[in-house]
Amino acid sequence: MLVQQLINGLTLGSVYALIALGYTMVYGIIELINFAHGEIYMLGAYMGIITFGLLTTLHLTFPTSGAALLIMMVMAMLFCGACGITIERLAYRPLRGASRLAPLISALGVSIFLQNFVMLAQGPRDKGFPHLFAGEGIDLFGSRISAIQMFIMATSVLMMAALQLLVHRTKIGKAMRATAQDMQMASLVGIDVDRVISATFLIGSALAGVAGIMVGMYYGLINFFIGYIAGIKAFTAAVLGGIGNIPGAMLGGLLLGLIEALGAGYISSEYKDVFAFAILVLVLIFRPSGLLGKDISRRV
Amino acid sequence: MPLLEIRKLSLSFGGLRAIDMIDLTVEADEIVGLIGPNGAGKTTLFNCVTGIVPPTSGEILYRGESLTGLRPDQVAAKGVSRTFQNIRLFREMTVLENVMVGGHCRMRAGVAGAIFRPKAVIKEEEGLAAKALELLRFVGLEQKEDLWARQLPYGDQRRLEIARAMAGDPSLLLLDEPACGMNPQETNALMELIHLIRKRGITVLLIEHQMKMVMGISDRLVVLDHGIKIAEGTPEAVRADPAVIGAYLGKESIGAQTG
Repeated sequence: MLVQQLINGLTLGSVYALIALGYTMVYGIIELINFAHGEIYMLGAYMGIITFGLLTTLHLTFPTSGAALLIMMVMAMLFCGACGITIERLAYRPLRGASRLAPLISALGVSIFLQNFVMLAQGPRDKGFPHLFAGEGIDLFGSRISAIQMFIMATSVLMMAALQLLVHRTKIGKAMRATAQDMQMASLVGIDVDRVISATFLIGSALAGVAGIMVGMYYGLINFFIGYIAGIKAFTAAVLGGIGNIPGAMLGGLLLGLIEALGAGYISSEYKDVFAFAILVLVLIFRPSGLLGKDISRRV
Repeated sequence: MPLLEIRKLSLSFGGLRAIDMIDLTVEADEIVGLIGPNGAGKTTLFNCVTGIVPPTSGEILYRGESLTGLRPDQVAAKGVSRTFQNIRLFREMTVLENVMVGGHCRMRAGVAGAIFRPKAVIKEEEGLAAKALELLRFVGLEQKEDLWARQLPYGDQRRLEIARAMAGDPSLLLLDEPACGMNPQETNALMELIHLIRKRGITVLLIEHQMKMVMGISDRLVVLDHGIKIAEGTPEAVRADPAVIGAYLGKESIGAQTG
């Protein structure tokens, strides 16, 4: 039981972590809680279904469903990345320099728009996500870890490792960190801050797109509303780890997944969401800077 | 053609004229000192030149091209770098990374290149790292490249800021009170460094309050007071200028001297 709940928790948590990264990266750079980010994740899931449908209607048969999955993930990353950049351009950039409330309200507007757009375009009902995993999984200490769970964890770890490399080893990563620390100074040393912000939205949204596909496969059903709860959960994870802090978002995501799974397993699965949001409230009261975040008073 | 030519530059905040019709030229290979009492508008002038604040009126020409209306990163790309009086390093980055960030505007690789990292990009980054190390040696920070910027002692942080500003291959370097908070030995070392910077073909315009230093190092001084240029000339001429003495010591002191 314990091991099974840990496996479930880590699976869910690694997805939360992927989404939380988008929140935290954007916040780290422009101090905006991008409430439309959950919707990007939802768009990723839909893009997965659409791509799969296209591949099927084109009668493209693949030796394994793995190739189809790979194409779906790449398409979702590209599409979500483009959406993220476009949203920033249209809804946030014109409001830069306005009061902090203005882009926040704009973000809520984008979120409502995207939910309703997908509801109208794709219908309000649940859609089945194609089964692409035939694998049986393996037994571990008397518990079962399914192939799809292994895939989700492995993909998440890979993505997070790639992100760490990008942020610490590359030019754009250095530019992102510099911009997060002092945007004006970054501009003065020659960094085009607008491009850095676009790149941040691109990367965060692409990660959310992958998360959307993986959750779609995991639960087998998606609808236009899945971005809402997942978005708030991932936001909680980002706050738990310390918003603006990249390793914090990873840690926060995994912890939140574990807390939910253990709470659901040992107390009641009905209260799953209550645990997550109780955590949010407690963190905001007792440690608003999060587990790995800097003391907020020091930043100002 | 002068390297930097400022014509009738004015900047008002509401009713306050922070800079008022200032003309200023800097020739290539000069070291020009910008002095004046607190609130004279010296840093504001730097802010206008580097694109942080758009001037209300007037023109800023760099090699004959207008800088007015450009963003700070575009000004940096043209070859103008600066430091700050209150040091503004990227504290949560290493010493080496701080300098490398300063050189990024000279790199060609874009976002896609950074992600897929073809050989040319890796080579470019290695070249930048080598250049950054050379600059750290130049300013006297060798062996400290892997420390966090915030770990450096105060004087070293100032040197790092200069190295970062130089990483963008500037032709014009604006130094805002580089000797602020330094002891006499450190100040002497800094004067030495500024001479070496000029030898590398970089023109220096500096704001400084330590008179001994700025008089000793500048070819020419420009004096601002209340946003207006009140004097300009060699250090000797400026030192003897009654308007300058008045601005620093108060008008009464001139009355006392002459009367």
